Amino acid sequence: MSQKDQDTTLDTFPKLLHSHVKLRPDQDAIREKDLGIWQSWTWAEAAAEIRALACGLASLGLQRGDKLAIIGDNRPRLYWGMTAAQALGAVPVPLYQDAVAEEMAYVLDNADVKMALVEDQEQVDKMLEVRDRCPRVEHIIFDETRGLRHYEHEFLHDFEKIQQAGVEFDHDHPDFYDQQVAAGVGADVSIMLYTSGTTGHPKGVVLSNDNVIITARNGIIREGLTSHEEVLAYLPMAWVGDNLFSYAQSFVAGFCVSCPEDATTVANDLREIGPTYYFAPPRVYENMLTQVMIRMEDAASIKRNIFHYFMEHARKVGVRILDGKSVSLKDSLLYRLGNILVYGPLKDVLGLRRIKLAYTAGEAIGPELFDFYRSLGINIKQLYGQTECMVLVCVQPNGEVYADTVGTPAIDVEIKIDDNGEIMYRSPGVFQSYYKNPESTASTKTEDGWVRTGDAGFFDDNNGHLKIIDRAKDVGKLNDGTLFAPKYIENKLKFFAFIKEAVVFGNNRDFSTAFINIDLDAVGNWAERRNMAYSGYIDLAGQDEVYQLIKESIDKVNQDLAQDSRLGNSQVRRFLILHKELDADDGELTRTRKVRRNFVGERYDDLVDALYSQQSECHVKTQVSFEDGRIGTLEADVKIWDVDTYPVKSVAEDAAA
Amino acid sequence: MNERDIGAEILKVENISLSFGVMKVLDNISFDIRQGEIRSIIGPNGAGKSSMLNVINGFYHPQQGSITFKGETRKQMAPHVAATHGIARTFQNIALFKGMSTLDNIMTGRNLKMKTNLFWQALHIGPARAEELENREAAERIIDFLGIQAIRKKPVGKLPYGLQKRVELGRALAAEPELLLLDEPMAGMNSEEKEDMCRFVLDVNAEFGTTIALIEHDMGVVMDLSDRVLVLDYGKQLADGEPDEVRNNQAVIDAYLGVPHEHA
Repeated sequence: MSQKDQDTTLDTFPKLLHSHVKLRPDQDAIREKDLGIWQSWTWAEAAAEIRALACGLASLGLQRGDKLAIIGDNRPRLYWGMTAAQALGAVPVPLYQDAVAEEMAYVLDNADVKMALVEDQEQVDKMLEVRDRCPRVEHIIFDETRGLRHYEHEFLHDFEKIQQAGVEFDHDHPDFYDQQVAAGVGADVSIMLYTSGTTGHPKGVVLSNDNVIITARNGIIREGLTSHEEVLAYLPMAWVGDNLFSYAQSFVAGFCVSCPEDATTVANDLREIGPTYYFAPPRVYENMLTQVMIRMEDAASIKRNIFHYFMEHARKVGVRILDGKSVSLKDSLLYRLGNILVYGPLKDVLGLRRIKLAYTAGEAIGPELFDFYRSLGINIKQLYGQTECMVLVCVQPNGEVYADTVGTPAIDVEIKIDDNGEIMYRSPGVFQSYYKNPESTASTKTEDGWVRTGDAGFFDDNNGHLKIIDRAKDVGKLNDGTLFAPKYIENKLKFFAFIKEAVVFGNNRDFSTAFINIDLDAVGNWAERRNMAYSGYIDLAGQDEVYQLIKESIDKVNQDLAQDSRLGNSQVRRFLILHKELDADDGELTRTRKVRRNFVGERYDDLVDALYSQQSECHVKTQVSFEDGRIGTLEADVKIWDVDTYPVKSVAEDAAA
Repeated sequence: MNERDIGAEILKVENISLSFGVMKVLDNISFDIRQGEIRSIIGPNGAGKSSMLNVINGFYHPQQGSITFKGETRKQMAPHVAATHGIARTFQNIALFKGMSTLDNIMTGRNLKMKTNLFWQALHIGPARAEELENREAAERIIDFLGIQAIRKKPVGKLPYGLQKRVELGRALAAEPELLLLDEPMAGMNSEEKEDMCRFVLDVNAEFGTTIALIEHDMGVVMDLSDRVLVLDYGKQLADGEPDEVRNNQAVIDAYLGVPHEHA
């Protein structure tokens, strides 16, 4: 089944909104925790708010085809801004709220933004800072008035005033809104999302209503989602995933989306809402697990023993129970007891008690991590997606979840692997173009609609699932001709709780080396247990005991790599622990926290050189930028350690075994 | 900074002298605080800054002088009069209820706003209930204002120092004061916490029009925030004026940097 069987007259978001007002006017559409209480708006109420806002924006001069930037944390009013713009045929352009003014200026200018709807004073200040570089921005509308009372620019508007103006405008032009909504069609541009971009400037991905709505609907059909799901909207609005899970699918299925009170309260809000449908990047699941384990270590021994006993049992049978396979009566009863004593309360604390479906994507996820959640009965699955097709390319089917694959193609998605091993796909969600960038569009999207993912991978022979090894352009060769897939090694390293980030080098070199970032929480806790004194990250990262700890992890990765005849020679021979945590503010990570390997390699070229020399220590001086924009320097002596390598299992042995 | 409305004087102290036994703590101090301004009191340790605040909110009773608050002249203030007339304060050493949550601590600041008696409050019905809801909302607005939603239910004693200071500010704000006395709100903070606190002081002043009297050691903070600065040294008034005037005042420089010994 695909969306072809569904009502296709609902081809824009304002039309979908209207259908929910008819179908379920009194059901909650969106919630926000404010003043300590969950405030909710029904579909009918949300529609009224959106109508007033749309008319207000129209009275300010927002027209079909204009761009409305949306900047801030997940707030109902900002989501309404998206629908309001779409009702007028204008295009919402959500921006990353934590971007510095400089980054914002580029997007605002590149996207030809005419008006901006922003959350608060912080964002207004950034807009004012770059205003002379973005002369096309005519109006700025803000949600939170705090701190803005004394700003006297005539292009600054209070959200409520705009809505009031909208109500008057609506009164004077009663048919205007409905005409505008009726004029929208599925082929119109729905939204522009800027990809964070591991290289160069971000690119604006232009998606049509059909792209977004059909993909959202296909996802809903495949997973059997209903209008009764609960979703917490806590990921950046500028990210395509949030747009799919918290906006598009809510509008298609009619379920309620809740906005957290504040970025710092997400964990608590998650517990209160108890979502049934949830997305989180792997690091969120990692953090949850680390927190649980740290707290269990500090718990009284009786609690700890009960926890470990039942977790052991869950590891044995939990996944089978989740996948609906049969287990013995004794195991089943014991699991139920465990559910009362451990699993239930634990899921409750994590806010995952009601989860029907939890997705993760973006980075590889470790098998232990996967098993931990799945054994608790949390149906966590990986998906593979891109902004260029509204996320969904591959999803793991229920009951067929493997840590090292990303599943089978989503509904209506075709996949092929080109001669260089690059994955290509075609689907109804495939984007129109990169905004004002025909060269990039042409190099990414073929004439007949196939999109190059830039990822290298293959279909697994055993289960037919897609397996991804690395970015196609990052896959290189060692000097001896061995395949070098840095991401593959980095992911193996990052599965160790003590390693937060890893950057592996080796292309056109004799052997592989690694930069390591330790996980301050996990290693810090480990150090405290050993009564090791440390003053902070730099100090801890430089201690020999920590180096020994990391060396043991790398050793295990090397043993693992040695099993693979293709990648075996890329075992890590030398490593160092970086003296600072990689940071998006320094450009070392993307805003979605992916390592920019080439940038890191250039920035720390002296360290890379040292890794490929005989040196056992290297002195470095690094510029760091602080949150308030100041620049400082960091100096340290970084130690370099060698690691043992293992003989690679040859193809012949493979065949013999 | 944007233009703010600085009004007439809200508080005026004249010729205040305070001694403990033979120890003269304040010696003939006179100054005023105008409606809506941020007024700082600075000086070295033992200059009498905290004593001055204690005189204003009635904790200490001066032997001489008078205090005029909102047009009413008194020889001395009493703490309950100060509190009911709109003076709230925070303390140099945090004085919160450590075992109570952030929310409950802030709610105690609403105490004077509650009109129903203990009987109704204990039963938690009728007017007391409505009143509690109203006060809870006011407390939540302050939590929102200070960005401390995440610690709403946490016992205050377990919070880091910087956050405790913020909660204490929250409790003072809960009384919706006209005059807010802050006794070293940034003491012991790191530079990021200080910046946050400065932001809150400015926001409180701008958003609610609250008049603020501030004691602070960090000269950078004082000079940036204040409309006017009073300088005390060993109980004596050294200078009084706008930050720039005070910064260039020779007596102040001498007190802070020491007097150079002349090579005669």
